[in-house]
Amino acid sequence: MALPNKPLGELAAVVNPEIVEHNVDVLIVGGGMAACGTAFEIKKWAPADMKITLVDKASMERSGAVAQGLSAINTYIGENPIENYVKMVRNDLMGVVREDLIYDLGRHVDDSVHLFEEWGLPIWKVDPDTGDNLDGSKPAKTLPEGGKPVRTGKWQIMINGESYKCIVAEPAKTALGEENCLERIFIVKLLLDKNKENTIAGAVGFSTRENKVHVFTCKAMMVACGGAVNIFRPRSTGEGKGRAWYPVWNAGSTYTMCAQVGATLTMMENRFTPARFKDGYGPVGAWFLLFKAKVQNGLGEFYANTDAVKDELSKFMPYGASAVTPTCLRNHLMLNELKEGRGPIYMATDVALNAFLDAKKASGMDEKDVKKYWKHLESEAWEDFLDMSVGQAGLWAGMNIEPEKVGSEIMPTEPYMLGSHSGCCGIWVSGPNEDWVPTVDGPRSHQYKWGYNRMTTVNGLFTAGDGVGASGHKFSSGSHAEGRIAAKQMVKYCRDNAAFTPELAQTAQELADEIYAPVKLYHEHVGASTAADVNPNYCKPAGLMMRLMKATDEYGGGVATYYMTSGKLLNICLDLLRMLREDAEKMAAGDLHELMRAWENYHRIWTVESHIRHIEFRKESRYPGFYYRSDFPTCDDENWKVFVNSTFDPATKEWKCEKVNCVNVIETDPWI
Amino acid sequence: MPSYVDPSKCDGCKGGDKTACMYICPNDLMVLNVEEMKAYNQEPDACWECYSCVKICPQGAIAVRGYNDFVPMGGQVHPMRSSDSIMWTVKFRNGNLKRFKFPVRTTAEGAANAYVDLKGANLDDEMLSTEKALKAPDAGKLQASK
Repeated sequence: MALPNKPLGELAAVVNPEIVEHNVDVLIVGGGMAACGTAFEIKKWAPADMKITLVDKASMERSGAVAQGLSAINTYIGENPIENYVKMVRNDLMGVVREDLIYDLGRHVDDSVHLFEEWGLPIWKVDPDTGDNLDGSKPAKTLPEGGKPVRTGKWQIMINGESYKCIVAEPAKTALGEENCLERIFIVKLLLDKNKENTIAGAVGFSTRENKVHVFTCKAMMVACGGAVNIFRPRSTGEGKGRAWYPVWNAGSTYTMCAQVGATLTMMENRFTPARFKDGYGPVGAWFLLFKAKVQNGLGEFYANTDAVKDELSKFMPYGASAVTPTCLRNHLMLNELKEGRGPIYMATDVALNAFLDAKKASGMDEKDVKKYWKHLESEAWEDFLDMSVGQAGLWAGMNIEPEKVGSEIMPTEPYMLGSHSGCCGIWVSGPNEDWVPTVDGPRSHQYKWGYNRMTTVNGLFTAGDGVGASGHKFSSGSHAEGRIAAKQMVKYCRDNAAFTPELAQTAQELADEIYAPVKLYHEHVGASTAADVNPNYCKPAGLMMRLMKATDEYGGGVATYYMTSGKLLNICLDLLRMLREDAEKMAAGDLHELMRAWENYHRIWTVESHIRHIEFRKESRYPGFYYRSDFPTCDDENWKVFVNSTFDPATKEWKCEKVNCVNVIETDPWI
Repeated sequence: MPSYVDPSKCDGCKGGDKTACMYICPNDLMVLNVEEMKAYNQEPDACWECYSCVKICPQGAIAVRGYNDFVPMGGQVHPMRSSDSIMWTVKFRNGNLKRFKFPVRTTAEGAANAYVDLKGANLDDEMLSTEKALKAPDAGKLQASK
């Protein structure tokens, strides 16, 4: 056998890649729900000669967070007042949100859902005659025709969503033109204009299929590349670390790339540590809402409605008083059980399913019909996993778990960063330029609107989905709608800045050298060791990622400490991250896949650094259950009901964290 | 739960310019070894078990084996996907079998209306191209009016 000091992988990277230059008007970076929304909408507004290109790291048909499918659309306003949607999001995210962005999303999201249904997404309906659930292939009125969706909670509707992403990507590609959708190109760095201050001018990335660096110039740009995963040590550290709750390929690229060109970030202290079925990370929403299942502690107690829990929630007013307890506080209650030694926590799937059967029997249903009813119920229970988290079904199969016979353990996961689910970290953007949106004095990092909806504080740079901060609970449908909102605004921006010609500060060759630096380093030093992965002159991306996850887990409030950290620990974490960032420049890559991993890790480090910096700045524990500061253990509304915004100055390379006022747009009385 | 490739079934998509699994994997894991004309998963511990490769493989050559750090051996979940539905076979460790079939799409592939000829009305308002009206918050519910 040959010595293992040759490049692994099938697509070896060469030291001098080919350079391809593209000049476009609008560049869409990403291919998930938000980017597909942008791709669908933008041509409706663009003049015929506007050149628009979408660049996806993967294949649009199965890229982004919806790649695997989904079993529900979690944001459909329907019959509800949009104001109530704002109140729900505001309460779930502990009061500090951009209500203008949330309202704006709420008024557009249903139009996207109606398009999904028209395009072929099967949406469950309530049978108008029997009240039973009809799956999405059964004849029924469409939503706009008055068809009644199967609601689980107030905002969620059930779907047969295995092909959700394929269905949404298809018209996005058609609308933009297949030839304008470039796949398997990973954009890794945004570029400012050489002449005009604080203005986007292009981006650079590379192909994961051939040795080519792609340099783009553009007038406006959408960056929507999802959230950040594999940033804290996961509970499964072997093969199972791929079974992340959020898509494992989301590497914080959105936040890092935008921050590096000076876009202000907001609420980067927010994180999401969902409580999910242990190890398989299957969804719990349908179990709670559709099947009315309850959680049980290790003593068999259904602890959620006890007096002790009510007392605990009363410490977090007004948030703790709502009928639906905020997600972080639900975690908080669960963690209290675990820390008191009253684990494990079980979802009582058996109790829930049998309650349905008992109710049918009690109503006089005969045995044959009960059996038929059970088949349908069992199918719904399994579809929830098979549509969006097949691995959980695989775990049940491997463990011989049948949910009607035995409950399953649930557990809060490692932390994730995102802006579209029940989290709200992201980028500070302009809201709609309308009268009801607050007018605030000061720099853009304090304002609510500066002309172009969803534009970041950098001219011409837009974001959507996980990218937009302080406005969670968009989910798949809202991310698509937000991509559409920004699409129109980008065309408007191009119209208003028609005279602008972007110019890059660096040459294409300089950029290519920077992008391929890990390849050059690899080839320069690989001969210094008989094993390619152990070398004194460079580090490999896989090892660097483990180093990052160890630092965050132990010092940044990961699962190792039940999410507890402190100012002291956070500053140790920042020191470790600083050295990690320095060493990231010593990452080496022998093949194109490894080059992708190198750049992903570079993005992860920056994103995590901003996360830790924000938690350090905010001297309170805003999200008990997501993280705690032992030195400031309470949620302190008096001093900290404010945004924390941070801005990196690309010229001075300095970070600035600041408090920014949080304005209530929608009435606070009644709070819910 | 990493995917794996059965070498007796994989034909490397006959060396076409698009190896199906390599084309679809969202995490760039599936690669083709051109000498053997077989695909493999190059980074099993980064596999999200999204099943995109399993669903798309024209030879049915790809399956999934549970993550070896927490899934006991013997079970398997396997799909057969057509243009309008998907059939799942769930095999338990104890040999029990369950089958489930779900719809995936109500229209033909390629039939989604992209509204390519639609032009938006007014670039200076906030209405989207397929919308008929634009809402604003109820004045009585604005905090500023209180």
